[in-house]
Amino acid sequence: MTTIPFKKPGVVHSEETVAIRAKDMTKWFVLRHTRSIKEAFVWLVKGRKGDLSDRFKALDGVTFDIHDGETVALLGFNGSGKSTTLKMISGVMHPDSGSVGTRRKVAGLIEVGAGFHPDLTGRDNVYLNGAILGMDKAEIDAKFDDIVAFSEIGEFIDTEVKFYSSGMYLRLAFAVAIHTDPEVFLVDEILSVGDEPFQKKCIARIKDLVRRGKTLVVVSHDLDLIMDICERGIVLEHGRITYDGSSVGAVARLRDRPVEEVQREQNERVERRLYWKHEERQKAAEEAAARGETFVPEYDPELDDPEDLDDPSKIKRTKGR
Amino acid sequence: MSAPAPELMTPGKGRGLLDVFHNRYLLRLIVDKEIQIRYRGTVLGLVWSYLKPGVQFAVFFIALGVFLGLNRGLENFAVYLFSGIVLINFFSEIFGNASRSITDNGGLLKKIYLPRQLFPVANLFVAMVHFVPQIIILAIAAFATGWFTGVDVKQVLAIPVACLIIAVFALGLGLIFATFNVFFRDAENFVDMILMVATWASPVLYSWTMVRDQLWDWVYYVYFLNPITVAVELFHYGLWYPTVNDAELWHMPPHLLTIWTPIALVIAVLTMVAGDALFRRHEGNFAQEL
Repeated sequence: MTTIPFKKPGVVHSEETVAIRAKDMTKWFVLRHTRSIKEAFVWLVKGRKGDLSDRFKALDGVTFDIHDGETVALLGFNGSGKSTTLKMISGVMHPDSGSVGTRRKVAGLIEVGAGFHPDLTGRDNVYLNGAILGMDKAEIDAKFDDIVAFSEIGEFIDTEVKFYSSGMYLRLAFAVAIHTDPEVFLVDEILSVGDEPFQKKCIARIKDLVRRGKTLVVVSHDLDLIMDICERGIVLEHGRITYDGSSVGAVARLRDRPVEEVQREQNERVERRLYWKHEERQKAAEEAAARGETFVPEYDPELDDPEDLDDPSKIKRTKGR
Repeated sequence: MSAPAPELMTPGKGRGLLDVFHNRYLLRLIVDKEIQIRYRGTVLGLVWSYLKPGVQFAVFFIALGVFLGLNRGLENFAVYLFSGIVLINFFSEIFGNASRSITDNGGLLKKIYLPRQLFPVANLFVAMVHFVPQIIILAIAAFATGWFTGVDVKQVLAIPVACLIIAVFALGLGLIFATFNVFFRDAENFVDMILMVATWASPVLYSWTMVRDQLWDWVYYVYFLNPITVAVELFHYGLWYPTVNDAELWHMPPHLLTIWTPIALVIAVLTMVAGDALFRRHEGNFAQEL
């Protein structure tokens, strides 16, 4: 039994493969937001003495390189600057000093559904949100059926989104986001959408992306999941990087436990999971054989090579999975 | 990597208004959305965009034309009044909505990067959708009152130039106030105030000669430095003037076409360039302030 071979062996990182480069990023946040023109005017008249408002450093000299195909988790407790870092990479915010650079197309699964409008139908929202996430019309047209199938919305696609249940809403939003096809994916705490079967489907999708060599930057508090998906972990504390290494090491640091222990537990967990997956497959194959059918397993990024998908006799992929 | 890797780019540093034209599809969807949700849940729908200016026109016509007697002073006062109102409405809609567009879409702009100029510009197009039916009604009114008999090419050309001045000027102001609005919500109230004054600071409800005759000279020049004044006068010149029989009643402001129109165009373009520059300078801080 092997662990999940996410990283292709023999990948060499060089200047050419830098996908994201953050250099000494520093960001100040204003604590008090109740400024008025009067206050600002008084401040200007007094010769800009002192600070207009209280500020604190959200990011303090954050520096890292992320290379093509790397899967990186940003870890840390609430308010440590993870999401801010992600916003810098996506361009929503700019650093006050230092710099951030990206190559290739970056898209965010950042708080899905931000671009949804309740008064539009599901269909209109798919197009609007798809375009917001950087797809053009032809791309959305081509992926539309997949998106609807993945979201399991079915016939409600032409209903206004305001009548959706919150689960349906999130499912559709996630389906749109996951079908954008950037080279670099930014994922912010959204792996907890919908009910358990849907969550599993989402996680399988993310693992599939990893398997296909996409670059991933993930923010999540689900540390076990992080170890499954990411190979590298960056720990932030009060806006500073305090650890940059393997994801297991990062999790060990956050949990304040020895790395070896965390690694062993992770290995056991993965092995157990893969074992059961193999068992299930075996059982399904035997049952199919008993019925006299040929068994083609459903594609699972943890077990199968995505290239085998080209051969329909090896593995299959049901629409919307 | 076989192909040479592209340069590292700073994310979220837009090229200003140019970006909008690279995102035409998204722009179209946003415009569609705005139009769809504007009259959501209403029975009358788009009819409202006819009804509101219609009522506005009726009120002004009765109050100013009939009660205050402007009807007698200016021939065909209805068309005179309506051409001004239509243009001011166009200005108000672009300016008012554009300056609110960033704060209104704060939830989205905080989370996903997209060229933020899209929202003010989308409001320009939404305003156009409402402007066109009004122009058509105005044109019908002008035709009915004998527009064809007295029109020449220059007058026809004055109409699109006026629209252009208003569109560019309003979008420029919209960008400026959208930026202010993010940092100081006071800006919204300024906008309302400016919109209220705009109707009276241009010859919509009265004739420009009143400004010349009753105020100091310098006021007259300041008055015509206002691009809205020039645009309104161009509209009067293009749509109303051809319908007038007694040419003695009104005459064009001197140098309207030769001096004031070019100046208005320059001011409008400068406003937009300044607005775009201001917007771009501060857009990096929008996400944390919204």
